[in-house]
Amino acid sequence: MTQGSKKRTAQKSAFAVHRDLFVAFFRSGIVSFGGGPSGIPLIEAEVVKRYQWMTLEEFGDLVALANALPGPINTKLAGYVGWKVKGFTGLFAALSAVILPTVVLMIALLGVLVRFNDQRWVRGMTQAVLPVVGVLMAQLTWKFMKNAKKGLGWTISLILVGISFVLMEVLHVHPAILIALTLLIVLIKPSKKAGDSK
Amino acid sequence: MIFWQLFLAFFIPGILGYGGGPASIPLIENEVVGHYHWMTVTEFSNVLAFGNTLPGPIATKMAGYIGYEIAGVFGSLVAEFATVAPSLILLIALLRILARFKDSPKVNWLTLLIRPIIVVMLGMMAYNFFAASAQASGWLPMILIAAVSFVLMERFRVHPAFVIAGALLIGAAFMG
Repeated sequence: MTQGSKKRTAQKSAFAVHRDLFVAFFRSGIVSFGGGPSGIPLIEAEVVKRYQWMTLEEFGDLVALANALPGPINTKLAGYVGWKVKGFTGLFAALSAVILPTVVLMIALLGVLVRFNDQRWVRGMTQAVLPVVGVLMAQLTWKFMKNAKKGLGWTISLILVGISFVLMEVLHVHPAILIALTLLIVLIKPSKKAGDSK
Repeated sequence: MIFWQLFLAFFIPGILGYGGGPASIPLIENEVVGHYHWMTVTEFSNVLAFGNTLPGPIATKMAGYIGYEIAGVFGSLVAEFATVAPSLILLIALLRILARFKDSPKVNWLTLLIRPIIVVMLGMMAYNFFAASAQASGWLPMILIAAVSFVLMERFRVHPAFVIAGALLIGAAFMG
């Protein structure tokens, strides 16, 4: 599957690939209301499902690491995917698709419409979109749960989900620390054992 | 040097803002209002409120707008660069290292073990969106919209962008 998508990308002209990158991140950026994270399921729909630039596993690693690093999440995802698909020009195509449209809107409209957000219909829009984002996020969660099950089995997956939940939500351990710890554990763990259980 | 100041004002929140864009907003305010006095608190919160009604990440909207206000198009570019570049470079470097050891069993293990963490992170985000929704519009509209959009996306394979556009229209017409 990865090879097929690579082939398809290779067959396309450089222009077409940059256009695809721009379109993918423009589309997922312009409909991601309610803050950066709301864009994650939309980006997954473009990057994994539609254009197949990555597998779900790669996307998962990307989201986890991007979440562990500071700064806005959407631009990290866009920048990395663009870079992976087409190097630096790809990075710029994807990044500008995320940043430019809304910044231009903001600069163009702000002088005129500062009271815009008091309008009832604007509030209505935000209210109506929140449950949709919730559903999208839940669907993506479920996808990764199935994915975890495939690799680890139900029991271990659920135990690990339980442990991470307690650590992050009850004890408020920062996800970055948790991910760094996982990395350490994997590195220290003798590789023979890892090979055995694989 | 105004461009250097702009760079610093957005570099620091960008690198300290753990938890994505919204987490860096108070840090940006601290620099823009408290440190450099480019805006008053009221101006800043007006910009922030307006930025929140537009789609896309909030941190880059703030950086682009404030940079433009202070020093024109180039100021906007500097502020965006400071917001986006540092963490992106780190991310690319990290993932490059991982990719180099892609076939090592250790990296496979890492990918596997990280998955439950992602499940919890995404699950909590989902929960937070539902909680915010219930607070903003009440339970009934939330459950209705969630159910309809779930059926549309899951059964009829409608692209999420269209479902969101539909929700925006319905929200503008009937809610608020």
